[in-house]
Amino acid sequence: MRKGLTWFNVTSIALGFAFLYIPILILVIYSFNASRLVTVWAGFSTQWYWALLENDQLIDAAWVTLRIAFFSSLVATVLGTMAALALTRYGRFWGRSLFSGMIYAPLVMPEVITGLSLLLLFVAVNFDRGFWTVLLAHITFTMCFVAVVVQSRLVTFDRALEEAALDLGCPPFKTFFTITLPLILPAVVSGFMLAFTLSLDDLVIASFTTGPGATTLPMRIYSQVRLGVTPEINAVCTILIAIVTVVVIVASIVTKRAENLRQAEERAALQG
Amino acid sequence: MAMAGEKGRGRYLVLAVPYLWLVALFLAPFLIVFKISLSQDAIAQPPYTPLLDLSDGWAGFTDYLSQLSFDNYAYVLDFSNEFIQAYGSSLIIASISTVLLLLVGYPIAYGMARAPRSMQPTLLMLVILPFWTSFLIRVYAWIGILSPEGLLNQGLMALGIINEPLELLNTDIAVYIGIVYSYLPFMVLPLYSALEKLDLTLLEAAADLGCPPTKAFWTITFPLSLPGVAAGALLCFIPAVGEFVIPDLLGGSNTLMIGKSLWTEFTVNRSWTVSSAVAVLLLLVLVVPIVIYQNVQQRELEAGK
Repeated sequence: MRKGLTWFNVTSIALGFAFLYIPILILVIYSFNASRLVTVWAGFSTQWYWALLENDQLIDAAWVTLRIAFFSSLVATVLGTMAALALTRYGRFWGRSLFSGMIYAPLVMPEVITGLSLLLLFVAVNFDRGFWTVLLAHITFTMCFVAVVVQSRLVTFDRALEEAALDLGCPPFKTFFTITLPLILPAVVSGFMLAFTLSLDDLVIASFTTGPGATTLPMRIYSQVRLGVTPEINAVCTILIAIVTVVVIVASIVTKRAENLRQAEERAALQG
Repeated sequence: MAMAGEKGRGRYLVLAVPYLWLVALFLAPFLIVFKISLSQDAIAQPPYTPLLDLSDGWAGFTDYLSQLSFDNYAYVLDFSNEFIQAYGSSLIIASISTVLLLLVGYPIAYGMARAPRSMQPTLLMLVILPFWTSFLIRVYAWIGILSPEGLLNQGLMALGIINEPLELLNTDIAVYIGIVYSYLPFMVLPLYSALEKLDLTLLEAAADLGCPPTKAFWTITFPLSLPGVAAGALLCFIPAVGEFVIPDLLGGSNTLMIGKSLWTEFTVNRSWTVSSAVAVLLLLVLVVPIVIYQNVQQRELEAGK
């Protein structure tokens, strides 16, 4: 077997990416269609984007969704990072398998189960459903994704750096913020972004746990999609795709640059 | 904070906060679901009975226990209510989708792992990028493509392959396409990370000793990628069993899937007790694959140490 690509490899990659991207591309193209019929091309137009500006319901929903996504992913990042530290650093502790079970299970748990169980909890403790219940629900399921991302960085982490700081009398709390955190930061940032997009994207859990006045964007899109394909929805989707694409690309360039810088510094430190 | 050998309150806090959070918002809700699955529907707030009233002391508790019933389970397991069929068809659809995902995902992951080192981060990013864009959007995109007057039918008719539009939307085929499309990154990523670690000298040795490439693939590459196959398959299979959005938007009225049944039972029939029983039984069906998945994950992380 030769190293490098064969025609078979190239074809499978090309077909795979075509399969992944063509549907999204079609959706974006048809958001600029002048016709209301989504299947007939009638010339270029941006009218559906202007129509969105007058759709107050949609703008409200987008605002609610963004706030929930931002705050839930912030808390989830803190909790998830703590959970990852506990899982990688604490060795054996009482109830460890229960803890790791509760971290891994939500990753694959069908959303209908998570959503229903959280709703029944909120009802049982008489918690008014709305913004806050969705926020709590989103923190709960996204923190597990953060924990797994951060954990995978922590297992390859060189403990000697921390130990050196501790030996030199640096308090543990300070050691974490000056040594550990900067080194695992790329993983923490990608954990945050993962939590943010998962929250932004969630329909099922939010539908179960929400209440009056807290309709999220996926819930709005879903109720309109059920009525059929419309160019307005294509326009909303295109905007979301554009935002996510830009954020992901910028973030990956930034973390890559930070990584290169760090490596260069390490090399310089070793030489000097 | 959280350093080994350090004894202090900080150390306990780092563990206690996420631990208690998950106990309160992940574990406790399941116990409530279990409890409600043994209750009966009532026209009240909350809409089920009996309620546990501890003010009556022990008598209240035994009274409560005596009112619990397995009626909801009997109802769900009754063949004529179609829940059993929904569990069965969810498992079948999820299994077929997982096999399709392996067939589609393996060549992609394999190609990526063989690509020049410098290209791999870009390819990886291109696989992950669609995953970041909304799940709902990706399912929605297929409605426009698969509908009778959609682009796929238009294209096939223009090419003269078919004369009449194919019935694709609202069929099980559309559900398979939807699942394969949405879950593909979850299959490709674990496969890629397993294949990327593969020691190529093993294949060179096989070739030097006269082993044909196909045989080398089946005796060396594939067995060594099995951890990735297992992780990818479980990562796709388990959520697919409980999938709701895809069968709801792409499937037909006769597409039975348990996630959809649960949702309908809850939102349309408004029976909290029956939906809880459906959820408990779904969890029982998934417990074995979930435990296997946890072990695979754990081993993968330990191996990275």
